[in-house]
Amino acid sequence: MTADQLTAAPGGAAVAHAYAAPPAQWRLLLRKPTFLIGATILGFWVVCAVFGHLIAPFDPLAQQLLNKNAAPSGAHWFGTDPLGRDVLSRVIVGARDILTIAPLATLLGAVLGTALGLVMGYFGGVIDTVLGRLVEAVLALPVVIVAFLFIVAVGPSSLTLIIVIGFIFTPLIARTVRTAVLVEGQQDYLSSARLLGERPGYIMIAEILPNVLPVIVVEFTVRLGYAIFAVATLSFLGFGVQQPTPDWGGDIAANYGLLGAGYWWETLFPALAIASLVMALNLVTDSIEQVLSS
Amino acid sequence: MTRYLLRRVGLAIITLWILSLIVFLAGQVLPGDPGRAVLGPFASESAVRTYDHQLGVDRPLVVQYLGWIGGLLHGNMGTSYTYRSPVEPFVVAALGNSAKLALLALIIIIPLGIAGGVLAALYSGRAIDRLISLGGLAASTVPEFVSGIVLIIVFGIGLKVLPITAATPPGTPLPDQLEHLILPVIPLVLVLFGYIARMARAGTVEALDSDYARTATLKGLRRGTVVWRHVLRNSLLPTITVIATQTGYLIGGLVVVETLFNYQGIGRLILNAANGKDFPMLEAGVLVIGVVYMVATLIADVLYTTLNPRLRVAVNS
Repeated sequence: MTADQLTAAPGGAAVAHAYAAPPAQWRLLLRKPTFLIGATILGFWVVCAVFGHLIAPFDPLAQQLLNKNAAPSGAHWFGTDPLGRDVLSRVIVGARDILTIAPLATLLGAVLGTALGLVMGYFGGVIDTVLGRLVEAVLALPVVIVAFLFIVAVGPSSLTLIIVIGFIFTPLIARTVRTAVLVEGQQDYLSSARLLGERPGYIMIAEILPNVLPVIVVEFTVRLGYAIFAVATLSFLGFGVQQPTPDWGGDIAANYGLLGAGYWWETLFPALAIASLVMALNLVTDSIEQVLSS
Repeated sequence: MTRYLLRRVGLAIITLWILSLIVFLAGQVLPGDPGRAVLGPFASESAVRTYDHQLGVDRPLVVQYLGWIGGLLHGNMGTSYTYRSPVEPFVVAALGNSAKLALLALIIIIPLGIAGGVLAALYSGRAIDRLISLGGLAASTVPEFVSGIVLIIVFGIGLKVLPITAATPPGTPLPDQLEHLILPVIPLVLVLFGYIARMARAGTVEALDSDYARTATLKGLRRGTVVWRHVLRNSLLPTITVIATQTGYLIGGLVVVETLFNYQGIGRLILNAANGKDFPMLEAGVLVIGVVYMVATLIADVLYTTLNPRLRVAVNS
């Protein structure tokens, strides 16, 4: 890598490098222990999300009122909750909602943000200025509060969560993509395409998009972490998947009041599930970023 | 400089106005009607309508908005639907409680985050750098209520060394209040540490790599002097901005931590108001948070511009 590439915008460097040799980078990634550990944990939760009902030892909704608030034992490894439901089963099945909502929200933000970023970066000028001001205005508002108000107004549901988080991510992703597009804008292949008379839409999608894709991939994985954070937090506040559906954040919200009574297993295991998921995702993201910028 | 300041204040006011519109609209389209929410499901339809009329929520939206904004400008935040008394005392008390928690978090996190970031940069690429960088990143992605639960279970229930609620009866001496705030403040610190440390690290690495740092080293200055006099002065500037932008995250964190630890702060106030459909309380709480956020961002921008000689010149010319 030359000194010029090093001092260019981080997105630009990643683009230039990823463009040069992608297959070698994948092999590099697979040799990283942090990536392997993260991917394994992530894979475990994905399996739980897909086949949770088959793996879970009990029906996560089945109540055993004679066996409520039971401490972890041979029969119920993670104990039972105030309605006598098996905590282990609820943790396993509870992976589904968070692993559906967070990626979909991130995807929505990535698609909208990429479109916005491409348009802003490619056209520049007045369009860029106007959209830029709009993005700034959205970013100037305290994000949590806006999300909060919106969900309170529309009512909690999985779809609301996806839309709110997706919309909040849009300006953030747009800003990153715009920077990457501006770096691309100086390349020769773009002036050639323009001289050939290609239409802007075609140039943006067929010429620029493939080259800024690595930036978008990194941005997606980083945002996915934030999305899981947001989904878990909003579920805890009562704005997510509603009871009795098993949900990590929701189950913690329902049972943390019983911590004082000593029933720690009802909240600890869902909490550890969330922690392991976000940390695994981080290990993966960190490894990808390192490989892309090495 | 004056022109720059006026422009920034102007922008902040416009943003606040947009926020007030959003707050008001969200308040008005909240599902359910306030009369019904206050009087309960068994009240008669006519009683609900009379109550709605008394509250003034049956007037056109524009009239309601103008009335609300007019009241705010005269220092009148409205009357709570739930408590049927002015919202100011509630908001002021909650804001004071939250300020205690937030200030304690900032007092711990700013030196800790900066020290961690600088340390990581000075030992860039070594084990301690990996530990701080990856550890900070991991800590910053774990939601506050998750680390909070683990802390409660370990220190409050397992070891029984710290209280598991933040609330203290009125008149509690400050040291006792602080003891109750230790557990709630740690989740906030964990989330913010990663961001601030990462920013401080990036700035320091860049400054260490700069020509002026090399010149300072080559002219024979000791490492400590180079770092203290030349590197840190330049590297910590961006960190100031990050700390201010984190106020937004801090506010979100307050909602969660105050709920988990049963603490009567502004975050719990707006959550309860939202659940109880107490629009005036919700609107006042959110706007107050908005003002705090704007002021923090404004101070950071001005500080950054004043401290950075390059920007100062650019703004003045």
